[in-house]
Amino acid sequence: MEYVIAFVVGGLVCVVGQLMMDVGRLTPAHVMSTLVVAGVVLDFVGVYDKFIDFAGAGATVPITSFGHSLYHGAIGEAEKHGLIGVVTGIFEVTSPGISAAIAFGFLASLVFKPKG
Amino acid sequence: MDSKKQMSRVNRQTWHFSQDVRLQASAVAVGPKEGEGPLAALFDKIHEDMYAGQQTWEDAERQLMEDAVTTVLRKAGITDQDVDAILAGDLLNQNITTNFAAEKLAIPLLGMYGACSTSMLTLSNAAALVNAGYANKVIAACSSHNATAERQYRYPTEYGGQKPPTAQWTVTGAGAGLVGIGGSGPRITYATIGKVVDMGIKDPFDMGSAMAPAAVSTLQAHFRDTGRSPQTYDLIVTGDLASVGYPIVKELMRQDGYNMEPMYNDCGLMVFRPDQDVFAGASGCASSAVVTYSHIMDQLQKGLLQKALVCATGALLSPVSYQQGNSIPCIAHAVALEGGA
Repeated sequence: MEYVIAFVVGGLVCVVGQLMMDVGRLTPAHVMSTLVVAGVVLDFVGVYDKFIDFAGAGATVPITSFGHSLYHGAIGEAEKHGLIGVVTGIFEVTSPGISAAIAFGFLASLVFKPKG
Repeated sequence: MDSKKQMSRVNRQTWHFSQDVRLQASAVAVGPKEGEGPLAALFDKIHEDMYAGQQTWEDAERQLMEDAVTTVLRKAGITDQDVDAILAGDLLNQNITTNFAAEKLAIPLLGMYGACSTSMLTLSNAAALVNAGYANKVIAACSSHNATAERQYRYPTEYGGQKPPTAQWTVTGAGAGLVGIGGSGPRITYATIGKVVDMGIKDPFDMGSAMAPAAVSTLQAHFRDTGRSPQTYDLIVTGDLASVGYPIVKELMRQDGYNMEPMYNDCGLMVFRPDQDVFAGASGCASSAVVTYSHIMDQLQKGLLQKALVCATGALLSPVSYQQGNSIPCIAHAVALEGGA
């Protein structure tokens, strides 16, 4: 049942993104940024953690969870180090994901040539 | 002299070529997907991959243009020394494909930009130069490449952005036509140059709707100026309106009393089969060029067509104008081709 919920909820987040592109006529970059900011806002109002408890990977895999991570990192470090922590905290929690994206992107570019 | 001027200028938008100006030869080079399409048998050169043996897609597009021009020279049995000028254009910044290709070809160049209307922009001007006696033989050429156009106007293909069904597939290819006085090949009789029409459409993934009114404007100007009707022609094609823009043109023309059945078609619907995953259909400079310089030329030479009108449509947006929220200005240029058997 856990899997089913994760599958359905994650899919619904993607449906929202698809509607933003097809109906709202937003560009892919706008859709991505909007969903990230939505994750931040949902975490700010205290909803996102409950959302993760409910849907598991359905809430952590979509891009909205990146906003959730950004918010958590910024607030956590801000409590310890003040304003400067807002900046360092963002990088602390999100750096594994971003580093992995850069590293694997680089490796893929060595092996593959785009076909068009 | 004055009478000759009168004979050439029909009206503000329409030129009549009073001399025996002919499309003496034509050639087409394309990429792999076009080579699987319904017109494949008529294409002179089909490259098996998108790189056309080059390192980058931009280099590949140059190769396509060079292939088209060298092939047209070979088919006409002449050398580059026999050609007085090449009128050419493409879709990339500063017409860069054309500039590099013309450097290699060593033919005097007039670079022209009309977005996807470049095929008929160059052909009409080539005919005018020859008709007026400024040149004996002129080559009109243009090119587009799917991956370079995506990078130029939308997203690099590696980005993997989604496209809506109204989007079109830029043709990878180049076409070249040799224009001269006399000889064989269809006569170039009229050209109608377009006015820019902007209906306020801003979506670069819906070029068909944006360009349709420009095609209507030029077609109606052509019929008004020449006293002809759609029924004068066995075939009328627009350049790259595809399945979205094609019915709009038909309907707008019908509302103004022009019956476009059954001779009207769109090059954007002729290059690919519907099952080739090309969204609404083909687009790009090469869309009208590869159809005109292969299929239409062939049909005119075989006598299967007597009179054809090619109305190439162009969306004159730039990436910056679109990002700043401007609408898409559009244009269409038409050229009439006749006989040739």
